[in-house]
Amino acid sequence: MADKQPACMTCGGQGLCGGRGLLTLKEGAWKNNPLAIQMLGICSALAVTNRLENSLVMGGALIFVCVCSNLFVSLLRNITPHRIRMIAEVAIIATFVILFDQFLKAFYWEMSKQLGPYVGLIITNCIIMGRAEAFALQNPPVLSIVDGIANGLGYAVILAIIGFFRELLGSGEILGYPVLSSEWYEANQLMILAPGAFFMMGVVIAVFNVLKGPDTEENK
Amino acid sequence: MNQTSALVILVAAILTNNILLTNFLGMCSFIACSGQIRTAIGLGTAVTFVITMTTMINYCIYHFVLVPGGLVHLQFIVFIAVIAAFVQLVEMFVERFSPKLYFTLGIFLPLITVNCAILGASLFMIIREYSFIQSVGFGFGAGVGWAVAIILMAGLRQKMRYSNVPKPFQGVAIAMIVTCVLAMAFMGFAGMVSIQ
Repeated sequence: MADKQPACMTCGGQGLCGGRGLLTLKEGAWKNNPLAIQMLGICSALAVTNRLENSLVMGGALIFVCVCSNLFVSLLRNITPHRIRMIAEVAIIATFVILFDQFLKAFYWEMSKQLGPYVGLIITNCIIMGRAEAFALQNPPVLSIVDGIANGLGYAVILAIIGFFRELLGSGEILGYPVLSSEWYEANQLMILAPGAFFMMGVVIAVFNVLKGPDTEENK
Repeated sequence: MNQTSALVILVAAILTNNILLTNFLGMCSFIACSGQIRTAIGLGTAVTFVITMTTMINYCIYHFVLVPGGLVHLQFIVFIAVIAAFVQLVEMFVERFSPKLYFTLGIFLPLITVNCAILGASLFMIIREYSFIQSVGFGFGAGVGWAVAIILMAGLRQKMRYSNVPKPFQGVAIAMIVTCVLAMAFMGFAGMVSIQ
């Protein structure tokens, strides 16, 4: 956690607290993308992206938990004693993760089986904790919701991109429908396995670096 | 309940089902703290210790408290609380009884609470329905496997400082590509033993 603080603190210091929702949205989803720029929450991003469907569900889960936990941390921000704020945040986050987990188990058992422990691991996903700590603790509820949506969205989009390419290259399918014909495309199984995830993530980060290369250096 | 021997699970958790390279757990600190071999060894040791102990404690709590009480849905929050409390306890103990160890290990301990490999190991243990002995083997193996991976990575990254990496790939991106190669190398063990 400690090394994540500066990144989040700088974005908090760039006038986000002025109540400008749109700026917050842009900041979270693109300029300070939690995955590709801040490198938070990589674990689950690698694990569930072997199929596009899993990536979308996981992205949705993160948006839900991030929005709800941001809202409640923000609502309680004035009455939470400073010293126990961490444990309060974890408790709030865990509550919503349990809610989502129970929902999946009740209505989408197959999906719950596939995601396995990674739903529970949303609790230790640094994005949510980071946003609660860096944003929701200092900002009013509505703006915190926007921030939650923005960061969740930024995470979900990257997840969808990685999931899309891994499923396409790994099995020649998208959402289970065959796209690349097996007559001329030999599916590259490696993309579905672990190394493919690391490779894809590296490429996505590099592409992000190219897209905003000069920008980040100005900031530094 | 599966019948695999604890020793097989131990070896499998280190080599074929490495918690970092096949299950992607503990990536955040893996990327952040793999700059130096010395740091990597310290962190690896701390993680191995905590992961072994917390899987044992969580096993007992899950099977003797949560299951009889019908409170299984609370497992996430209970596990994370156990881990946080245990790390805090270890930190206080080490600080009191071995200041020397505290200085080499102590700074890593708070980082461990948010290391998803720890919570992940407990969750895998429940999902795969391990017995107590199997859980101990799995916890220890997962810790050692994580330590091996981060130490290897630290060595590679130290070498990489002198190589000419293309600009967009500098930093985390090349670390990911290297991890990809490392994961592929570990896949070579795949035929040896397997757990699931």
